[in-house]
Amino acid sequence: MKRSRIASLLLHAALVLGAAATLFPLFWMITASLMPAGEANSDPPPILPSRVTFEHYAELFTRLNLGQAFFNSTLLAAAVTLLSLLLNSMAGYAFAKLRFRGRGKIFGFLLAALVLPTQVAILPLFLLLREMHLISTYWGVILPGMASIFGIFLVRQYALSIPDELLDAARIDGASEFRIYSQIVLPLCKPILVTLAIFTFLGTWNDFLWPLVVLTDQSRYTLPVALANLFGEHVQDTELMMAGSVLTVLPVLLLFLFLQRHYIQGLLMGGVKE
Amino acid sequence: MGLALASALASCAPKTSGGDRAVTLRFWGLGREGEVVRDLMPEFERRNPNIHVEVQQIPFTAAHEKLLTAFVGRVTPDLAQVGNTWIPELATLGALEPLDGRVRRSAVVNPADYFSGIWDTNVVEGVVYGIPWYVDTRLLFYRTDLLAAVGFPRPPRTWSEWVEAMRRIKAHGGPGHFGALLPVDEYEQPVIFGRQLGADLLRDGGRYGDFQSPAFRQAAGFYVGLYRSGLAPILANAQIANVYQGFARGDYAFYITGPWNVGEFRRRLPPEMQGKWNTAPLPAPDGSRDWPGVSVAGGASLAVFRGAAHPEEAWKVIEYLSEPAVQIRFHDLCGDLPPRASAWAAPSLAGDPQTRAFREQLQRVAPAPKVAEWEQIAAQIWQGLEPAIRGQEHVDDALTDLDHRVDQILEKRRSVLARSPRAR
Amino acid sequence: MPAEAIRRSARAEARAAWLFLAPGLGIIFLFFLLPIAAAFLLSLTDFDLYAVADWRNLRLIGLDNYFRLLRDPIFWKALGNTFYFVLVGGPLTVVLSLAAALMIQSRLTRFRGLFRTAFFAPAVTTMVAVATVWRYLYHPQFGWINRGLELLGLPAIDWLGSTRWAMPAIILLSIWKNFGANMIILAAGLQNIPESLYEAARLDGAGWWAQLRHVTLPMLAPTFLFVGVMTCIGYFQLFAEPFVLTRQGEPLNSTLSVALLMYKEGFRWWNMGYAAAVAFVLFAVILAATTLQVRASRRGEG
Repeated sequence: MKRSRIASLLLHAALVLGAAATLFPLFWMITASLMPAGEANSDPPPILPSRVTFEHYAELFTRLNLGQAFFNSTLLAAAVTLLSLLLNSMAGYAFAKLRFRGRGKIFGFLLAALVLPTQVAILPLFLLLREMHLISTYWGVILPGMASIFGIFLVRQYALSIPDELLDAARIDGASEFRIYSQIVLPLCKPILVTLAIFTFLGTWNDFLWPLVVLTDQSRYTLPVALANLFGEHVQDTELMMAGSVLTVLPVLLLFLFLQRHYIQGLLMGGVKE
Repeated sequence: MGLALASALASCAPKTSGGDRAVTLRFWGLGREGEVVRDLMPEFERRNPNIHVEVQQIPFTAAHEKLLTAFVGRVTPDLAQVGNTWIPELATLGALEPLDGRVRRSAVVNPADYFSGIWDTNVVEGVVYGIPWYVDTRLLFYRTDLLAAVGFPRPPRTWSEWVEAMRRIKAHGGPGHFGALLPVDEYEQPVIFGRQLGADLLRDGGRYGDFQSPAFRQAAGFYVGLYRSGLAPILANAQIANVYQGFARGDYAFYITGPWNVGEFRRRLPPEMQGKWNTAPLPAPDGSRDWPGVSVAGGASLAVFRGAAHPEEAWKVIEYLSEPAVQIRFHDLCGDLPPRASAWAAPSLAGDPQTRAFREQLQRVAPAPKVAEWEQIAAQIWQGLEPAIRGQEHVDDALTDLDHRVDQILEKRRSVLARSPRAR
Repeated sequence: MPAEAIRRSARAEARAAWLFLAPGLGIIFLFFLLPIAAAFLLSLTDFDLYAVADWRNLRLIGLDNYFRLLRDPIFWKALGNTFYFVLVGGPLTVVLSLAAALMIQSRLTRFRGLFRTAFFAPAVTTMVAVATVWRYLYHPQFGWINRGLELLGLPAIDWLGSTRWAMPAIILLSIWKNFGANMIILAAGLQNIPESLYEAARLDGAGWWAQLRHVTLPMLAPTFLFVGVMTCIGYFQLFAEPFVLTRQGEPLNSTLSVALLMYKEGFRWWNMGYAAAVAFVLFAVILAATTLQVRASRRGEG
């Protein structure tokens, strides 16, 4: 009995310490962003601000126009999420439930293509988008993200569980394939769609390399790109950079906190179901 | 439904402001100048009511990359501030509009009024591709009090005098003190020393590296020696917490840097330091060569991009910014030095003791080799010398490697030159 | 249903299938598969800025880029750095994830969800933003990492300025960011281990450590493999951390990764043929490493 109590105490102590250490950088990011300029660079470095000030946030939105970057990130993440939900779910459903020649082979090929790293594609993709006159446009970021093999895979796995009888019955009733898709399949797939939406939104929001390369106009920068850009001129201004980081991280962190369960579910679907 | 929403969102893309003006120009400014030039635009727009100038500011560290990306992506702006060492590269690629005709017809831009070494950096194969906007050269910023304390009432005029001064300062300051701050990730210093000894850096019309020439070998030996003998700390720019604090504390007494730091020193050094620093032209290698020693012909120009939507209007902006009065105003705003001799007559410049040294140094500046690959080669220079600085490699081996890499970088240039009938 | 009607409906279904597939597959083909094939072709040329200016400057050079790559000491440095990162960071991340998963799944644990959230939070953050934060944390004078060392009585380290400690700094950041995601997957795997196996082991007198070795780890093997492979693949593609944290490979290229080298060659210097070759070599390395891992695990099972 007593050994179990000590073990429990030690375990919880370790967990608390671990959680504190893990969250400390994020905590400091927030508190440093609220410190008056120059305070974070003191010896010893403070944890809490001597007085709370929002001056850095104000500067981000006024002089440094990070509000534009925030708008861009939101717009792109939302657009890619909505469009890719549509395209991925259509393709995923087709692979799961529609019979056509070569279905197995094509799907297998796509799975194999998951191994290919995206960096390889980036150089020619840039040249391709240049020919399409889409450099430094929103569509230049949206188009490549509109469909993904992983998304199709997730939807397909989930859609397999839809009873065939349901679909056949609808066909006999004379419903068109599109109606079956939109009125039966989509509602049934809601859980996986929510998960996929979260994944895609997070992924697009956090994406760095491609927006860095394709968005040359400052007015189109997403938050990660704008933040890296800020670094060039303001590396000395710790508190300002922290405010920029908070602006970039907080929305997705909050999104995650509220929708944890769905996100984790999706993570597991991709992983443990091997 | 999703598609409709998406296209609605995409069409909400922010439109450039200045809606009632006929022409909107896209102007890319770099670094601090990019911020400051915004203040000069209202006057221009007042004089040219049909033109709106949209200034985008890009940090210097990313600028070269972004310009090339824009070129490849075919989204170059109408005009941009371009580092003058990049002009040969952009001109060779056909990215810039030749400006000879416009210069000839212009009442404002008069080549004779510009420092000749500076104007020359914008001329590639006899064609003018940029108009100098401000000049940049490197010279000594130093602590007058520390030098006087070790027996140097005047700044050093030769390398040996300089080394002696640094030795005494280091001894005087004790451990943790140095003679000069020379960031290891800057190519300007070794290039300067090389040029001062007459090294060409490249040979055969820019087809091969020449870093193993006796002149450059000697210069590199001198440069690396400054670190190895402890006169300069082995630090890259990213590791230097705060240059100004270090200078004020007396961590080092010399710093080779450019005109923008005149304003920064005045702004960031504590008040008690303000009478204790000055600028001086670079020392020459020895008494047999002219003083001051040669420095880099840096600075930035304004260039118009080929394919610009509004080249005529872009030229108007360049003319405006080239007016001596506007150049003086620009100097007052950010401390950058004008490339036109007539602008130097202004009291804010002529009467400024710490700027006088620049006027003198600007008479003795040499351009970088005018090859398209210069930026790459410049990066290789400091990257190649860093192992020698850190004691991991002998200088001679470092130079052999450097030549090897530079030859490789220039391989394409050699083949392109061989293919094209134009002799160089 | 008569045969003809069946065939007609099958054809209609197939037609519908292709209509459903076309947009998604079209996007994937046009913006992913085609560029990858093009990248391979690109790697056989010396495509660079000269070629962008005038396509006649383009030369087909066969495998020259690859030979040049293999002779380039900077490439080998980048490869070495990347392997250092994967071979040290990978196992450390997975071990930490396992430890965290074990702690979270333990019967004794209360407030499980809270701890799970805390450990997982770094995984959803934007890499650029947290790398920025960590850059300040690593500051030799004003950073909290060194302050922590100080409080423990250890000497301060010049993290991002020393060729010795820069890569460990990046490894630490990556471990922090990624262990949470793996932890979740491993925790789920742990949940799937039947309690009966543990009871049987306990009846045989096995203590906590023996249970771990003989029940937990073997049963966890497939999940472990999955986590290991995913981490490995991700880590080989190391890019954002050195890009933000150490000014692209400094000091002295000690944090230059292969992906970063590809970016520099491709998007800074626009030596696109060479960069494409670097990218393909990276891909080949990842493929080889993954295959080795899977095969080694299979052999272990047999």
